Amino acid sequence: MVDVQGLVNELVSKLRRRKVEGSSATARLTAELLRSVISQSKLPTTNQPAALIDAVRDVGEKLIAANPIELAVGNIVRRVLHIIREEDHSNARDAVEGFRLSVGGDNDYIVEQDHLNLSAAAQSSLCRPSLHALLERSPDSETTYFTATSEDDSEEKSKSLDQNAKSLKFRRKVISAVNDLIEDINTCHLMIAELAVKHIHHNKVILTFGRSRTVKEFLCAAKEKKRSFGVFVAEGAPKYQGHLLAKELAARGLQTTVITDSAVFAMISRVNMVIVGVHAVMANGGVIGPVGLNMVALAARKHAVPFVVVTGTHKLCPLYPNNPGVPLNEMRSPSEVLSFEQFSDCMDYRIGTGAPQLLVVNPAFDYVPPELVSLFITDIGGYCPSYMYRLIADYYSSDDVVIQQKPAS
Amino acid sequence: MEARRASRTVSDPKVRHVGFFTPDPNPHPGRTPLASDAPVSNALSPVMIPPPRQPSDRTAAVPVPETGQRRQTGADQVPVGSYNPSESLLSSSPLPSSPSSRVGLVDGEFSEESGGWLRRSESEKYASSLPDTMVERAPENSASAAPRLESKKSVEVTGKGGKAVLEEQNEVQSSSKPLKEKTTKAERRALQEAQRAAKASGKAEGNKSAAVSQGAASVKPVKQPSQKKDGPPVSVSVVSFDKKGGDRPPEKERKKDVPAPRMQFDDKSRVQKAKKHAVVKQTEARNRVELFRHLPQYEHGTQLPDLESKFFQLDPVHPAIYKVGLQYLAGDISGGNARCIAMLQAFKEAIEDYSTPQEKTLARDLTAKISSYVSFFIECRPLSISMGNAIRFLKTHKVIVRHAITKIRDGDVLLTYGSSCVVEMILLYAHEMGKQFRVVVVDSRPKLEGQALLRRLVAKGLSCAYSHINALSYIMHEVTKVFLGAASVLSNGTVYSRVGTASVAMVANAFHVPVLICCEAYKFHERVQLDSICSNELGDPDAIAKVPGRTDVNYLNNWANKENLQLLNLMYDATPADYISMIVTDYGMIPPTSVPVIVREYRRDHVFL
Repeated sequence: MVDVQGLVNELVSKLRRRKVEGSSATARLTAELLRSVISQSKLPTTNQPAALIDAVRDVGEKLIAANPIELAVGNIVRRVLHIIREEDHSNARDAVEGFRLSVGGDNDYIVEQDHLNLSAAAQSSLCRPSLHALLERSPDSETTYFTATSEDDSEEKSKSLDQNAKSLKFRRKVISAVNDLIEDINTCHLMIAELAVKHIHHNKVILTFGRSRTVKEFLCAAKEKKRSFGVFVAEGAPKYQGHLLAKELAARGLQTTVITDSAVFAMISRVNMVIVGVHAVMANGGVIGPVGLNMVALAARKHAVPFVVVTGTHKLCPLYPNNPGVPLNEMRSPSEVLSFEQFSDCMDYRIGTGAPQLLVVNPAFDYVPPELVSLFITDIGGYCPSYMYRLIADYYSSDDVVIQQKPAS
Repeated sequence: MEARRASRTVSDPKVRHVGFFTPDPNPHPGRTPLASDAPVSNALSPVMIPPPRQPSDRTAAVPVPETGQRRQTGADQVPVGSYNPSESLLSSSPLPSSPSSRVGLVDGEFSEESGGWLRRSESEKYASSLPDTMVERAPENSASAAPRLESKKSVEVTGKGGKAVLEEQNEVQSSSKPLKEKTTKAERRALQEAQRAAKASGKAEGNKSAAVSQGAASVKPVKQPSQKKDGPPVSVSVVSFDKKGGDRPPEKERKKDVPAPRMQFDDKSRVQKAKKHAVVKQTEARNRVELFRHLPQYEHGTQLPDLESKFFQLDPVHPAIYKVGLQYLAGDISGGNARCIAMLQAFKEAIEDYSTPQEKTLARDLTAKISSYVSFFIECRPLSISMGNAIRFLKTHKVIVRHAITKIRDGDVLLTYGSSCVVEMILLYAHEMGKQFRVVVVDSRPKLEGQALLRRLVAKGLSCAYSHINALSYIMHEVTKVFLGAASVLSNGTVYSRVGTASVAMVANAFHVPVLICCEAYKFHERVQLDSICSNELGDPDAIAKVPGRTDVNYLNNWANKENLQLLNLMYDATPADYISMIVTDYGMIPPTSVPVIVREYRRDHVFL
């Protein structure tokens, strides 16, 4: 028996200590953990979805609190919750369908009544449950909703049998959906790369920033299809991941040039397209990316160069960025920017109020507003930033947007 | 040479010859032996540009001490005080070492005096300087100068130390060779210009210096005395005074404080005032030429002994400066280039020896000192045009700082990129003036120049933040103004400067933060450029592969082996004019669209560019 709690604690501590980096890795770990939670949790016989939702929510809260900046964690939690709700609704729909079939049309009144009930129930279950429904909910509320007054007993018996079957199936369905999710996360690069050849033609010059695995796969896929093009890689201080990407691309046979971040404006007039990977995509179409990305996006806008973001759907976040520079950012160590040995004497200076005289700023992320992004290429296709909200509605439920401690009820 | 000089002398010798010494009407004989020693020098001396003075001036000027005497004393020479001339005062005469011309200041010693006096008047002066050879050369010099020695004796100053100072200007820079070629052409051009100017200008104008500066070539780099023009400051001034008149008033408005040259000598009150401040006391010539009342007319040679005796009271004036001043007085150095070069050399030494006193700031104290030196020089002899321009270049920073300071208010957060000396001066000066502001220094690879600037600012007590260029979008929302320096400003308003400046200006523009470029006017150019690619400079690509201090970043260790991989290290980029709010120059604050106007007007001041 796997110790779920232990797994949860382990992932929480990894996130807190930033031992896990990168949205894909984080997303995968989160999804796997939640899968374990779902499969291991003890569910009541009736009203499983609600219980499951609560269980997942609990775990999700802890994970998000461990690393609030890593938006992929929250994304996956919400995705799983959405999966559960969807499964729940589809069950309800089936139940309604089944009920409708089983109920004969002889008693008009009842039928109408049933229809009314049915429609009401259908409405309430497919959309979110109303307050009334929540309060009225008894353990087997879903199925009892549609119980016609007359044929109670026989219905109930069959329903309870169904229910058992359904509950088992429910969990299995949820787990299979989560497995699909994990599979998506793992293969998003491939899906995106398939679209590469449509966007890159011969003799194009591409600019990229820092290092993104998605971009690497994207470019290499185009190369495989015998397109010849050149790549400028901006090094992406202070991580300098651009160096690594350039090395990898050159090894695959692409003409690569490494430039410093300060030279981006100078070179961008020679570039046909900017392709970057990001950390997260927000609900308004804005992106959170490696620090310096906003500068690149502004330069691209100035020179009318398309700014393309390649992203997997697990990076899609249902949150809106208000004042994104500050809360969605993380400050890294100043030693990456300024060597402690050389400046140790300056570190002690104080100005009149006692505040330090020398302040080193080293943020990890940058926000790029949606106006600067030309195109999102995701594993489900290409979209413009104004469409992002639709995708989010597909993948998330609005109930789950706020995941925080519910007051003990 | 002498003959040529003589022909060009137009004016009454008395008029312009400040501090002139008795004319030995025929200096030439003395000269020739020396001249023969250094045929090269004869062939070309930059001083060839006909000196304004009379032949007599040149020769006599220096009280030539008994060479023998000198020589003896030379050895015992006690170096004066802390004077440590790192280089002897060189005239930029390209003459390669002419043995006769010696006189170099031996580093740390004044021993050269021995030779110096003698030669001064000769063209050989421009011989290359080899300090050590001084003593050896002395004999030759003395021999040649012997005939004149007697006459000079009288003037000889007893103070040995002082002599040394007067000495030599003949040191020639080692890089004389290339200079020589340049000046030849320049000389000729200068001559032509002078003639043209002389023809063009109508009347004598009150402004002597104006006239003098007329021909001065623009001295683009501050310390490059290679500017041709000015041949005969005197004759020029005599002939075409008004020429500069028109140009000078605008300069006056610019508030350059180069006082004396513009002085109206026919205005009694001003003369009195000037006299009060003068280090060099000149006695006015008795029979002044009425036509040139507006010019200083002093008796020659009267102040030399006085000055020499003052040598040891050097306080306000650096020994090198004093020395050059005396050389001017004595007429040892003559010719625009020579004087300019001598002056700049003296400044160089003075600046090298300079250290900011406790309570004062470098920008102001040094400029004040230089102003005082300039005044001293002017008392010794009015400035030549080239000197005026050279001085103006030294002072442009001061003017720019004064303009830019007005834009800094309390509570400002100023952002700067990389390390620009003008911006640094502005920030330090504003801090001294007591303005409360914060500075953000933005830096980028591979040069990381901002770190040095950061250190200097923090040491002076400014409150600073530091970040790399990628974090611009993060910090820009706090910034109120951006100050940037420039390598050059092109005529379409594009600013050509360190790579990354364009990105800074762009992000500032996106956040609606004003961008001010601080740039001296000599950096303006008539070229136009639209992007950073058609003209740029490439640096060392290895600088990109290696990240100092970060051993974990070693992905590009063998980048040269990978055939598809290139590293690009750009040095400059072009910032479009629409990102720039204002350019602060020594001419004032202008929008980027006014750059071609400045380029045209600025060129008018200098004949050669």
